[in-house]
Amino acid sequence: MQIFDAAIIGAGIVGAACAAALSREKLKVVVIDAYGPATGTTAAGMGHIVAMDDSEAQFALTNYSRKLWNALAEELPLECEYERCGTIWVATNEAEMDEARKKQDHYAAHGIEAEMLNTKALLEAEPNLAESLAGGLLVRGDSVVYQIGAAQYLLDKAVNLGAEVRIGGRAKKITKGRVELMGGEIIAAEHIINAAGAAASELSPQLKIVKRKGHLVITDRYNGFIRHQLIELGYLRSAHGRDADSVAFNVQPRKTGQILLGSSRQFGAETNEIDTAIVRRMTARAFEYMPRMKRLSVIRTWTGFRPATPDNLPYIGKIPGFEKVYAAAGHEGLGITTSLGTAELLAAEILGRRPAISPEPYSPSRNITQH
Amino acid sequence: MSRAAADILIVGGGPAGLAAASAAARHGGLSVTILDNNPFFGGQIWRPQTGIARSARARRLFKEIDEKAVTIIRNAEVFAAEADDRLIAQTPAGRIDLKFEQLVLATGARERFLPFPGWALPNVMGAGGLQALVKCGLNVAGKRVVVAGTGPLLLAVGEYLRSKGALVAAIVEQANSASVYRFARGMLRSPAKLFQAAALRAKLIGIPYLADSWVTAAELARSPIRNGFAPDASGREGTLSVMFSRKGKPETIECDYLACGYHLVPNIELAGLLGCEVVDGHVAADEFQKTSIPNIFCAGEPTGIGGVEKALIEGEIAGLAASGHKDKASVLLPRANEARRFADSLNAAFALRDELKTLADDSTIVCRCEDVQYGKLKEFDNWRSAKLQARCGMGPCQGRVCGAAAEFLFGWKTGSVRPPIFPVRSEDL
Repeated sequence: MQIFDAAIIGAGIVGAACAAALSREKLKVVVIDAYGPATGTTAAGMGHIVAMDDSEAQFALTNYSRKLWNALAEELPLECEYERCGTIWVATNEAEMDEARKKQDHYAAHGIEAEMLNTKALLEAEPNLAESLAGGLLVRGDSVVYQIGAAQYLLDKAVNLGAEVRIGGRAKKITKGRVELMGGEIIAAEHIINAAGAAASELSPQLKIVKRKGHLVITDRYNGFIRHQLIELGYLRSAHGRDADSVAFNVQPRKTGQILLGSSRQFGAETNEIDTAIVRRMTARAFEYMPRMKRLSVIRTWTGFRPATPDNLPYIGKIPGFEKVYAAAGHEGLGITTSLGTAELLAAEILGRRPAISPEPYSPSRNITQH
Repeated sequence: MSRAAADILIVGGGPAGLAAASAAARHGGLSVTILDNNPFFGGQIWRPQTGIARSARARRLFKEIDEKAVTIIRNAEVFAAEADDRLIAQTPAGRIDLKFEQLVLATGARERFLPFPGWALPNVMGAGGLQALVKCGLNVAGKRVVVAGTGPLLLAVGEYLRSKGALVAAIVEQANSASVYRFARGMLRSPAKLFQAAALRAKLIGIPYLADSWVTAAELARSPIRNGFAPDASGREGTLSVMFSRKGKPETIECDYLACGYHLVPNIELAGLLGCEVVDGHVAADEFQKTSIPNIFCAGEPTGIGGVEKALIEGEIAGLAASGHKDKASVLLPRANEARRFADSLNAAFALRDELKTLADDSTIVCRCEDVQYGKLKEFDNWRSAKLQARCGMGPCQGRVCGAAAEFLFGWKTGSVRPPIFPVRSEDL
């Protein structure tokens, strides 16, 4: 039987990034996915490359990953629709403007440039926003990417370096050096990486990952209607909060001229059906910020499941109690951004190298206290 | 948002829906509402030019539903469903929320388009599509038109265009002449001799009917065509060279319009959204037109392409059964069976030939919303991957055009229905 250096379970963007990083390090890699590249949470997401500062650890990983994306951008093909459109954190009142200033200071301390916009500057940057808004914080270096194309690109990169991709077999069980598929097939590898996203805890119950459902809406093409990724400053409260259901204004310009409209977060919703009540809450929230959006034509809605952990940080690294079995999962709503940083941290751990940032906060053996 | 409620709600105002509404209201006592997405009822076949249908049968049904005080809602596009008993529709005046006890789906069919080099050129359009444009005021008097594809619709369209002054240069039918002949002969026993009558009239007015023939490519003509219609500066009136295979030999014909339709695809998105069982691309229904969901009925093209006779009889049965008059519906069952036998022979006679799968070249666009070419699609082995990686079917038509083509070309299953099933203003979502 062929023994791979590394078997990666999951061909989402995290698995694909790990495959590319480990193949670059000359490891013989196999990627296993039940359904195909980027067909799970990756396909359902938004593709926003952003520095996010819910916690120091989250900021460290997103900031590091964002730098890796900026470097990768040079080689991304057109299909990845990479665009450094920037993010505007939108403030509705003076209290949120203060919050934006604090964010600006925090970013500046870590070398991220951001500029405050008053109402006038905000409307110049985004003429379709409501005139009643207080202003915002513009982070020019953030970008958007068609994450499905990016995942495929990373996977192709791995394949060109000798990786294998096996589609159709669902992993059933991980034991030392082995992945057993549902059909009984065994794949042998020295290192095994669980990058199964929202399904990761089915294989590794030590990982406390629950599904956090989200809805997205996409419009027809309206070129120039918005120019930046726009997020309300209250977004992190929605993302961080543990309430059952929450929505936040979060819209993205696609290169096609389409607008992706989010976002919602629901715990305990297990089916992929569209919940029209929450979609309406989501669009109503968007109309508060952008009333002219009411007239735009919506062509599709869909749902996806974020793999959420109790402390909003992913699991990256060795899973306690197993030899050479690792986690790269639980990235909640930040998997596209943090995929590249995750892959580098994991590669450093497997190869025994010094990581670029401290991996401690993401260790699967960390003591999780829910906040 | 406004609200409405009906004991019996009928979606679709073509023959099946009108027959269902008339039958459901016949015995009184129940509120009946029928809605359609067009300003005028009549569906694709009876789409009136000015609000007055040409067909006497259509006029009779309109009179019946008028006398029985059936509520009519125009310009309403159902895009979502809520709970088990409500549909949500978009109208020019905003969203309406429609509660029902019994539902009849009579959502009709659309044309199937198959990609060939040049099918996306200006003035190449659907057969039914060109007819609809003419009904909306496009002047085809003196224009040369080629009608191509498959099915009895081509004859009806050819005849209609001719009546509006078009010079129908040919009807190009992919089915082989033996099966067309067998089908036409079978017509003598059918309830309506529509096909035969149309074929006869087409012949009488001198339209060449070419069986065993199919369009292989279209190009903008290099020179103005014989009867003097030069392309204008905008290019929109550019004349066309149409290449076709006629009994295995290549031929070229020039024209102003190429109207091309490959039979019909049932509109089953709403049935799918409601969770009705779908088998082989059609909504499964019992002899009383009841779907797998007890209070939802389905009639006409969605249960199997079969034309106006099948739609009318199935609609009537569905309307009677939904209003609690199964006994009265029972006597109609033999006629429905006969209409379905006709449908089977129709679909067999005009089955698509395999050669049509080889017309597109790598640069031929298959998904017109997102400009996805055939060569790109060949890289995938299923619809979902093609959607995710190449954006095929991700545009505003939601895969209604390229989905049916992909099913034929690649054998992919294109299922999966999510609201909104039609594009909708975000404030109405």
